[in-house]
Amino acid sequence: MVEFTLPANSKITPGKHHPVTTGATNTRRFKVYRWDPDSGQTPRTDTYDLDMDRCGPMVLDALIKLKSEVDPALTFRRSCREGICGSCAMNIDGANTLACTKPIEDIKGVIKIYPLPHMAVVKDLVPDLTHFYAQYASIKPWLQAATPAPPDSERLQSKQERSRLDGLYECILCACCSTSCPSYWWNPDRYLGPAALLQAYRWIVDSRDEATGDRLDELEDPFRLYRCHTIMNCTMTCPKSLNPGKAIAEIKKLIFARR
Amino acid sequence: MSLRSPLAKAVGWGSAKEGAAHWWWQRITAVALVPLSVWFVFSIVPLAGADHATVVAWMQSPLVASLLILFIVLVLHHNQLGMQVVFEDYIHTEWLKLTCLILLKFATVLIGLIGTLSILKVALGGR
Repeated sequence: MVEFTLPANSKITPGKHHPVTTGATNTRRFKVYRWDPDSGQTPRTDTYDLDMDRCGPMVLDALIKLKSEVDPALTFRRSCREGICGSCAMNIDGANTLACTKPIEDIKGVIKIYPLPHMAVVKDLVPDLTHFYAQYASIKPWLQAATPAPPDSERLQSKQERSRLDGLYECILCACCSTSCPSYWWNPDRYLGPAALLQAYRWIVDSRDEATGDRLDELEDPFRLYRCHTIMNCTMTCPKSLNPGKAIAEIKKLIFARR
Repeated sequence: MSLRSPLAKAVGWGSAKEGAAHWWWQRITAVALVPLSVWFVFSIVPLAGADHATVVAWMQSPLVASLLILFIVLVLHHNQLGMQVVFEDYIHTEWLKLTCLILLKFATVLIGLIGTLSILKVALGGR
């Protein structure tokens, strides 16, 4: 009923320490969450010391260096290394962000790196985002219109109408916001979370879309939408400086306005 | 273990198509309670230490009695809206959640009735 102790795999033990082998003078210490489901062991945090004179400026640079030079088993997602793919979202120094755009020098002391909070872990820094993506699919993130597109051109949009998508279309679905949200932690099965809701709003305000009413119908639900209690962790943590909290508030206002 | 597709799990039972009224009333009661709470505090503090007859006379004013009833009803309504959300957020054992929600609604109505009838009794000339 009520669990007062953490489940087995939430107890993290101290792991191995990998010191710098060369005589480096400018070193930083990294503490990285490690868990291998096949090992049968509980998670641990390994400590790595890195020579910063031979390392790139971002946290992802350090992780790649660790993987290629120190510990090839270290597992994480990365692709574009310039903040546009959203693969390397993780919890760095206590906040969700993209490892590729987080400068190491912005962090004081030991650099602590964990996977995105409250998600099932696949391995090390890789969270299972299956449900997160399914929730995104459930809001039908595509243009829905009964009116056929003009045969000889695109569906047109005025500059003003297009500008309403600014601050929404930039979302890269890295899941930093949803996994920072306590409401999403407690009810991820039914609450859509800030990322899916920001995307839903992106289609609600698209002037070319003709399913606005259906979209609002699908969102008006005590759990899907109204679990948002404007905690605003989403907006605080967004590595793209977007405002999911505002998008959710706008959806609530629209649902009320049409009553 | 479940072999349902991830999308089926995400869609679940679909939308309940309600929640806006709850959201609206939580805000409306909050706004109404700002002046009401200020009025209540500034009215009740000067009555501290007053004798019984003075307080009864105060409560027998129709305006005071109405505002007191409104204050009780709105506080209780605002409270039950908020507590419902807290229960739904944090209690994940279905029977326990349902029990808490039912007890909350019953207690709210009972306390509201007792409070309202008490004020009416004094306001309408009782003791």
